[in-house]
Amino acid sequence: MSLLVVQGISKRFGGLLAVDAASLTVPQGAITGLIGPNGAGKTTLFALISGFLEPTAGSVTFDGTDVTREAPHLRARRGIARTFQIVQPFAGLSVRDNIAVGAYLRHSSRVEALARSEAVAREVGLAPMLDGPAAALTVAGRKRLELARALATEPRLLLLDEVLAGLNPSEVRDILPVIRRIRDSGVTILMIEHVMQAVMNLCDQVYVLSQGRMIAEGEPRAVCADPRVIEAYLGHGAAARIQEAHGA
Amino acid sequence: MYAPEIVAEAVVNGLMSGATYALVALGLTLVYGVLHIVNFAHGALLTCAMFAVLGLNLWLGIDPYWAILPLALIFFAFGYGLQRFIIGPSSHGEDRNTLLVTLGLSIVLENLMLAAFKSDTRSLGADTAFDVLELGPMLISRPRLIGFGVALATAALLWLLLSATDTGRAIRAVAKEKLGAQLVGIDPRHIFAVTFGIGCACLAIAACLLLPTFYVNPRVGNAFVLVAFTIVVLGGMGSIAGALVGGLFVGVVESLGGLLLGESLGQLGIFLIFILVLLVRPTGLFGARA
Amino acid sequence: MTVRQIALPVLLVAVLAVLPFFASGTLLNFLVSALIIALGAQGWNLLAGFGGQLSFGHAAFFGTGAYVTAILQIRFGINAWAGMAAGIAIGAAVGWVIGFLSFRARLRGSYFALVTLAFAEVLRILANAAEFTGGAAGLLIRLQPGFGNMQFPDRGVFLWLVLACILLVLLLTAWIERSRFGAHLVAVRENEDAARALGVDVLATKLRAITLSAAITAAAGCLYAQNFLYLDANIAYGTWISVEVLIAAIIGGLGTVLGPVVGALALHGVGEVAKIAGGQITGIDLVIFGAVLILSVAFVPSGLMGLRRLVKGGRP
Repeated sequence: MSLLVVQGISKRFGGLLAVDAASLTVPQGAITGLIGPNGAGKTTLFALISGFLEPTAGSVTFDGTDVTREAPHLRARRGIARTFQIVQPFAGLSVRDNIAVGAYLRHSSRVEALARSEAVAREVGLAPMLDGPAAALTVAGRKRLELARALATEPRLLLLDEVLAGLNPSEVRDILPVIRRIRDSGVTILMIEHVMQAVMNLCDQVYVLSQGRMIAEGEPRAVCADPRVIEAYLGHGAAARIQEAHGA
Repeated sequence: MYAPEIVAEAVVNGLMSGATYALVALGLTLVYGVLHIVNFAHGALLTCAMFAVLGLNLWLGIDPYWAILPLALIFFAFGYGLQRFIIGPSSHGEDRNTLLVTLGLSIVLENLMLAAFKSDTRSLGADTAFDVLELGPMLISRPRLIGFGVALATAALLWLLLSATDTGRAIRAVAKEKLGAQLVGIDPRHIFAVTFGIGCACLAIAACLLLPTFYVNPRVGNAFVLVAFTIVVLGGMGSIAGALVGGLFVGVVESLGGLLLGESLGQLGIFLIFILVLLVRPTGLFGARA
Repeated sequence: MTVRQIALPVLLVAVLAVLPFFASGTLLNFLVSALIIALGAQGWNLLAGFGGQLSFGHAAFFGTGAYVTAILQIRFGINAWAGMAAGIAIGAAVGWVIGFLSFRARLRGSYFALVTLAFAEVLRILANAAEFTGGAAGLLIRLQPGFGNMQFPDRGVFLWLVLACILLVLLLTAWIERSRFGAHLVAVRENEDAARALGVDVLATKLRAITLSAAITAAAGCLYAQNFLYLDANIAYGTWISVEVLIAAIIGGLGTVLGPVVGALALHGVGEVAKIAGGQITGIDLVIFGAVLILSVAFVPSGLMGLRRLVKGGRP
């Protein structure tokens, strides 16, 4: 059963076709990866899925409902939550209040929203920082805050845009189990990621976007061996050279 | 219907007052383009400049046109100091604060002038105001023609300054990418202050051009600045060509509007255009950067 | 709401409420004027302090409240209380319309400040020109003491009326601060995109804020009209009203419950002192208002309320 179906979606900015007829399917309960070289259009694709941009063509279907033209906040109510690659904390608020904004989506009472925000903070390891200002968090802390806020909306589909970028290896190691636990709690995940170790570790299925087009999909290992993917990352002829190197 | 000569005269007069508007708008748009702030003190600074022209004329007998260069320099220094030592440091780098600080500055300046000069309206005396040239069927006021020429020359000079000098390049660099400019050794605080100074110098020149035909009182700047805001929004915030074309356009609209609707409703027209432009095209009619 | 939250506003209002028993007429007049501005500033603070949308044109709402109250009484013989209710309602409607037009056009920051200023100016020019609003001569409400006319022989009663409005708004603000709407409002102030991603309807939140804000500031306008029984376009729709509510809220403490009231009292206090010290010099109090605005942005960005917290040693 697929929770999210993106069909032939395109986005044109003036003369630039940032996303070109891309399609992807995210099955319920899985972690699906979206990888690709820089500038491939991954974040644009996320913006199309979460409603921050309107597509030039194509459709987005969430849980059987066409949401292509729906506003972002309405999609959030349906259960699509996103994080931002460039973190967007509410800098003037405490960590607790930051997360509470997300929690208010499902809880109208302040007491419940704050309780929920504490629970989420514990889940992602932000509990000690709850009363501190969000502006004082480290990069890793801010990434966790992005995750916590999105999670506080009790989403069905979580869109993670490079939550591991900028973290050091030990921070990455700390956060991988957090993501896995979120999946185990029943949240479907679609993640953009550059840290291949994480992609290999977490993802059930991976899509590869290059210059706006979906060039490959499949199991992480199979996809990484795909010559088209290697060429997309390393340039034309790279796959053949690697093959030669291995043959020699 | 109006006779074609009357309409033509209104258009020419509109173009001439439009050039002065453009000069006021030029300072505003330059400051916006570089500092990304709306300078609410612009009007009060213009009033200051106009009082300065008046004072130089009454006390020292200096002709407004001879005052252009020295006053432009003085106001450059004044503007530089204001930005460098008051506006910049008190804003803590937040746009919202800059807005409020310039608002506070305008209140201070305006009321200082009110305290010093009372609310009376003054002018240079009538001898220059009715100095008229006959150009075919049209009557054109000589001071406004001079104003038109000097305003255009100033705009050209400013354009040259921005495109051909090192300071100009530094200004444009800071406007585009503050951090990048900083990395190559440009001090943005200095450039911000220079830009603000240039904006004030434009006001000083505008004041010298205005006073031969216009009056001054402590609140006179406000009227001009609302027009200038309209021009800047119309021309696209931060666009110099936009300010020039927008200024001329608004001058003509106002002149024709005054001819067709009368003075007070003509002013209403400016505000309505302003609101409409903001609501419909916040990037400006000439499509400059937002 | 917690007891602690309610205690301070109630205490402040209670202290002010006993003043009529001791104070001179001059002091009462001062308090009424200052507190009307405080009420207007409370409205401004809701939109700008909590919602982050800096309006430079709250005179549009103040003036509408004042004009509607006055016109309904003068031209239609309607009871002052009903006039005030209508003034608040129509002020709120004007707020909604201005908000709808500008927020839908995605105006923010300087652009929003400018467009609100322009709307207020348009209303000022219209009110100054139209026969219906008394033109440049303005409007006089007939002096006729009586409860139905909201005119009281005792100045203290009017002060209590103003204080009642302030208390109501203080409690409303304290409640909003801890409600979902308040959280959404602050989220919109801090980062619109992030708020949107978390399911916040940004446009609806801003519209609710500006409507409520306009209603409160319109109420201040109604009280102004009833207090002075005279208004004209340059007073009611004048730029100075927009600026005064803004300065009061900022020096009191943006986005705090008590800030606008404390700020307005402090501002007017300073203004009075300046007038006495400055003697006959016109505008000297306004010079000081402007300087106070600059100084408070520069040195006390969290306002007098922030200062209080600093002194108490808590978080700034």
